[in-house]
Amino acid sequence: MIKAQQKPIAEIKALIAPYHRILILGCGTCVTISFAGGEKEVGLLASSLRIASAMEGQDKIFAEATVQRQCEWEFIDAVAEQIQQADAVLSLACGIGVQALAERYPDKVVLPGVNTTFLGMAVEHGVLVERCRACGDCILGLTGGVCPIARCAKNLLNGPCGGSQNGKCEVNPELDCAWQLIYDRLARLGQLDRLAALMPYKDWSKDYDGGPRKIVREDLRL
Amino acid sequence: MKVGSNLEKVLTSGYFAATGELGPPKSADPGVIRHKASLLKGYVDAVNITDNQTAIVRMSSISVGIMLLQLGLEPTIQMTCRDRNRLAIQSDLLGAAAHGVKNLLCLTGDHQRFGNHPTARGVYDLDSIQLIQMVKTMRDEKKFACGEEMDVEPRFFIGAAENPFADPFDYRPYRLAKKIAAGADFIQTQLIYNVPKFKEFMKRVCDLGLHEKCYILAGVGPIKSVGMARYMQTSVPGMDVPEEIVARLKGVPKDQVRKEGIKQCADIISEIREIPGVAGVHVMAIEWEEAVPEILELAGLLPRPKV
Repeated sequence: MIKAQQKPIAEIKALIAPYHRILILGCGTCVTISFAGGEKEVGLLASSLRIASAMEGQDKIFAEATVQRQCEWEFIDAVAEQIQQADAVLSLACGIGVQALAERYPDKVVLPGVNTTFLGMAVEHGVLVERCRACGDCILGLTGGVCPIARCAKNLLNGPCGGSQNGKCEVNPELDCAWQLIYDRLARLGQLDRLAALMPYKDWSKDYDGGPRKIVREDLRL
Repeated sequence: MKVGSNLEKVLTSGYFAATGELGPPKSADPGVIRHKASLLKGYVDAVNITDNQTAIVRMSSISVGIMLLQLGLEPTIQMTCRDRNRLAIQSDLLGAAAHGVKNLLCLTGDHQRFGNHPTARGVYDLDSIQLIQMVKTMRDEKKFACGEEMDVEPRFFIGAAENPFADPFDYRPYRLAKKIAAGADFIQTQLIYNVPKFKEFMKRVCDLGLHEKCYILAGVGPIKSVGMARYMQTSVPGMDVPEEIVARLKGVPKDQVRKEGIKQCADIISEIREIPGVAGVHVMAIEWEEAVPEILELAGLLPRPKV
């Protein structure tokens, strides 16, 4: 799922400074799972901002709402009235949700309350790790189910760099070296011979380098 | 003979090669290059010029390479994948070849996090093995990475790096094989202080017959101080510095440490020379270039052959 982290409170305060009536809008999907922008976080942030506003002698009004998915029009429209009443919407959804709001309500100021961080999962409670870069050309079938694009700091395609030591990445020793994991997995699967093949140059045009991406499914279009 | 560089001639003639290294300055001062070049001239078969080493901005490798040619030294330019995509790399290599540069070391590059611009975007369009492959295709097939043909190809004696001490240790010789399959003509290894472990690595390399397909130069370097030895032992990723290396430096009076470091380096070279499959040494004495002649003299590698 999409993982996000709430922005520092000082940054949020600076973003909302010019506005009086602010709707803090959470999302019930990915950011809820990653404890960044669900109903609970909306409530906590609203309380903090109300206290800060009062202490600083401001009279800002904070409304709270959470929709099931901010990345779909139908769900956003469920709170259309609250959005209309606000001077600005502080979205705690990922960047997709923020932009969905901006597109649906072109006259409304929409502000991000979280930093969308990566596509990943929780490996233990409170520990989220990156697993996919959405590169558009999946090679997991060649690498034992471990992604060197998302999990190697240099997205190497032909084996570990010289900084792999004791199974850890030199860039962040708290993270496993992806190529050590790939090596171990392929060894276990009896597929180490795969590492002998030269991986061709990657087609980055399928990643961001090809410009913003779009999928059109003619079979599904109405 | 693929390109006829001095380094290639020395190696193909069967001499035990000795290459040096020159770290460009963090400035536009050509005087630094002239000075360092004067320390190395005549003592090594070729001089590597690092490419923004440890991700710190320095004078470009190719431009320093051109200066060395003018000063009568043979450069081995280094090219990393960190700072350039396939367009920039190919373009720079065409230029380097046009200026007469003949040796090239292909690297992925130290991660930008370790350097002086840690918030920079790392490119990594290719990895080092793909870079080798691209340079070989340019040289031997006269083709760019996209498949288009060119009239005059850049001809490089292609080098690659290998760290025998990184993990997974069992995979390292196979990774070396991959670099050779991609087109590496010579290899320069990471600094070697753990000679027994390097011996084990070389045994595996020879069992695979890799030493017959490629010239393997062992990386060596003198250690200036006990502090530096300790730092390399504990803080440099991928380095293996056994305790006895540190202990030898600790065992001499403080004002003798540098001299002992030079002797130690020469002793390591002598040990390495006995290991089957090793075709030469690459002496890395960054910011201590003046130590190189003494090390090579002590190791019995001077004068260098005229080929």
